[in-house]
Amino acid sequence: MDTDILLSMTGIDKRFAGIPALSAASFTVARGEVHALIGQNGAGKSTLIKVLTGYHRRDAGEVTFDGKPFEVSSPQQAQANGISTIYQEINLVPYRSLTENICLGREKRRFGLLDWASMHREAENLLQRFNIRADVRRPLMEFNTATQQMVAIARAIGFSAKLVIMDEPTSSLDEREVGVLFNVIRQLKQDGVSVVFVSHKLDELYAVCDRVTIMRDGRTVKTARMDDIEKIDLVSSMLGRSMEKTEGHATAFTARDEKNIGKVLLSADNLAVGQIVQDVSFTIRSGEIAGFAGLLGAGRTETARLVFGIDRLKAGAMTYGDKRFEPRRPSDAIAAGMGFCTEDRKSEGIVPDMSVAENMMLALMPKLAKSGVIDEKAQQEIVKRFIRQLGIKCSGPDQKVRELSGGNQQKVLLGRWLAMNPRLLILDEPTRGIDVGAKGEIQSLIKSLADQGLAVLMISSELEEVIEGADRVFVLRDGISVAEFGRAAATEDALMGAMAHGNAPVVAEARI
Amino acid sequence: MTRTRWISLLGRYGVVVALLLLILFGWLRYDYFLGFFNISSVLRYNSMFALVALGMCFVIMTGGIDLSVGSTAALGSVVAALFSPQGTWIGLGAGVGAGLCVGLVNATLVTRLKIMPFIATLATMLAASGTALLLADNQSVSVSYDSGFTSIGQDNFFGFPIPAWIALAAYVAGWIILNFTSTGRGVLAVGGNEDATRMMGLPVGRIKFLVYLASGGLAGLAGVILASQFGAGQPIEGVGWELFAIAAVVVGGTLLTGGVGSVGATLAGVLLLGILFNVLNFENGKGWISLSAYWQSVIRGLFLLIVVVLQAKLAARGDAAVRDH
Repeated sequence: MDTDILLSMTGIDKRFAGIPALSAASFTVARGEVHALIGQNGAGKSTLIKVLTGYHRRDAGEVTFDGKPFEVSSPQQAQANGISTIYQEINLVPYRSLTENICLGREKRRFGLLDWASMHREAENLLQRFNIRADVRRPLMEFNTATQQMVAIARAIGFSAKLVIMDEPTSSLDEREVGVLFNVIRQLKQDGVSVVFVSHKLDELYAVCDRVTIMRDGRTVKTARMDDIEKIDLVSSMLGRSMEKTEGHATAFTARDEKNIGKVLLSADNLAVGQIVQDVSFTIRSGEIAGFAGLLGAGRTETARLVFGIDRLKAGAMTYGDKRFEPRRPSDAIAAGMGFCTEDRKSEGIVPDMSVAENMMLALMPKLAKSGVIDEKAQQEIVKRFIRQLGIKCSGPDQKVRELSGGNQQKVLLGRWLAMNPRLLILDEPTRGIDVGAKGEIQSLIKSLADQGLAVLMISSELEEVIEGADRVFVLRDGISVAEFGRAAATEDALMGAMAHGNAPVVAEARI
Repeated sequence: MTRTRWISLLGRYGVVVALLLLILFGWLRYDYFLGFFNISSVLRYNSMFALVALGMCFVIMTGGIDLSVGSTAALGSVVAALFSPQGTWIGLGAGVGAGLCVGLVNATLVTRLKIMPFIATLATMLAASGTALLLADNQSVSVSYDSGFTSIGQDNFFGFPIPAWIALAAYVAGWIILNFTSTGRGVLAVGGNEDATRMMGLPVGRIKFLVYLASGGLAGLAGVILASQFGAGQPIEGVGWELFAIAAVVVGGTLLTGGVGSVGATLAGVLLLGILFNVLNFENGKGWISLSAYWQSVIRGLFLLIVVVLQAKLAARGDAAVRDH
């Protein structure tokens, strides 16, 4: 298989502001091979791809492509040299026709002017290879996502790419569309084109890939033939665990008293929206920490967004307290006593240039205002109380949030929701990007909040965080809640098994 | 026929239908509406706006804006008047050259220094206007009547005003460039999704540079016609031309956010807004009503609103189509 190597990257190093994103990463793709590239968030997949396509400059290492050293400084140059990338968000121009999206950049001319007839013909021919018959004169936006995806691929092939990189190409496709895409990939393979396939859906890898390279912490930890590797090995290599027990406590979560846990507060049955969330059911009780575990793209955040009314349910139902709960927008969820600390603090949470006080008061503003005027004194008191209670390290309520550390920013966000006196708090990756010390503080804070009766839905990609922190763990896989574990049953083996194989029969024994 | 398709057709051809209806109305109601004198005076006057709007159309299709076109035209008219004693062609070249200079500054500010088009062209708008006033010494500059310069704006060619021929030629060229050159398609691609266009390997910077340069040149040309038609360079003319041009472009169905646009519909937009004013004059002439010229602004504003609302609907439908697939 390695007799005819198309791409070889060895010893690639890349640092951002001194912090290594890639350390001695190596990656080899054979001609006509479909090669999967997988890893957790932050494992370095996208950095590796961006180094390859010239988006980033590597600090060290060798790249050879098609037998020659490969040095490019931009995606355009990479494309001209035979490497095309299809990004997760389709990078095309929606208002323009299919033909233009396929042919722009290498137009055909007659007498110096564009030769539309032959461009349309070429676009049609390229699309026909994938069994797509479409009016190539219509704007791209009139077509469904799958067709748009195919247009992106047709464009790549039109540039006679030798290597096509597909970054999570199936995340917005339904089952039938995925089938079409797989046929296209197999056809590319037949034509001798290599494909790098980035995906989090393990089943897909087995369906279409020849080999897999697993990345973790900026390293390429394992490369294997798909035939030779079990799903559970994929998961454990990604998460960096061997199947042996790791003993002792890794987080600041401590044992909880069962009697702090009350009645069921929220129950969700068979929630679904699009492809990302297909069938998710779970319950949370007052004073309980419920954990969501799963690989990237399993639908954890998307489920939380449904609960909080950011996205609307397509199917399924929720009960909150004793009543049916149908949030239409976040303010409905907030009014019902919910809070949501998002995963992406920077873009969805804090307003960096506003002060600690202002950030904390944002959600509370409508409540505090008396006929439109904000009660300044009440506000100051609340802010001071939370700064004290949460141990936020800042020079005072008026310091700008951007000047605080990640952990303290997270506490400000927690404060924002706690000031609302919520009954349910959704925490999406509450300790990501926070230094170890602050991490422990946030974790003990979460526990003490639950002890006071708050229901917490905690999404975390760190296994030990859900295992040690959560009273019950729900495992999501490809948009389906496949397993539920009580505190005793939630072991690393059990969780990883459920992430890898899904429908594990552990559900029944795990119910308390 | 889906509703989206219907709205999109209305967006594309609505302006032509409205234009034809307006002409029909004028023809039925007023005696000399389609008379030679009226037609040629409407064309002569509006050809200046047509040129400015053509440049604006290209700028807007890239998702930008050029607020400086009015002052650039004023500057062009002053410079052309100053050079008109040297001969027709020199006057013409000087006026267009002045416009190109402003366009060059805009293009550099927007593409090289990455300044927002709104701000960059606002600055050059003030600067061009000031320069025009300085050069003209704060008064209108008479053109030379001996050099033949006035024939550009005042004479006819094959029975039609020369400015109308110039505008027509510019629109034909603009249409060919937009539809049959890669730069033209690039203009629409940049406006539709600049990042994607860059990823596709198109020269985004060069495309944007060219549209601002062209817009300046066309505004300068409009200034030449202005000076020639009225016999003087007019440093204080051109106020509000940019708004007229933007209105005409948008009424023609070009999206203000860029990415969708048409040269032909822009011309129809200019004629629609111009003839609306003409109709108002005729109506006043009939003596039934007496509407001041300010009413034209109100009516133009209404037109603009209708079109923008339609566009917003179209955009919403388009997004929905993309989302729901």
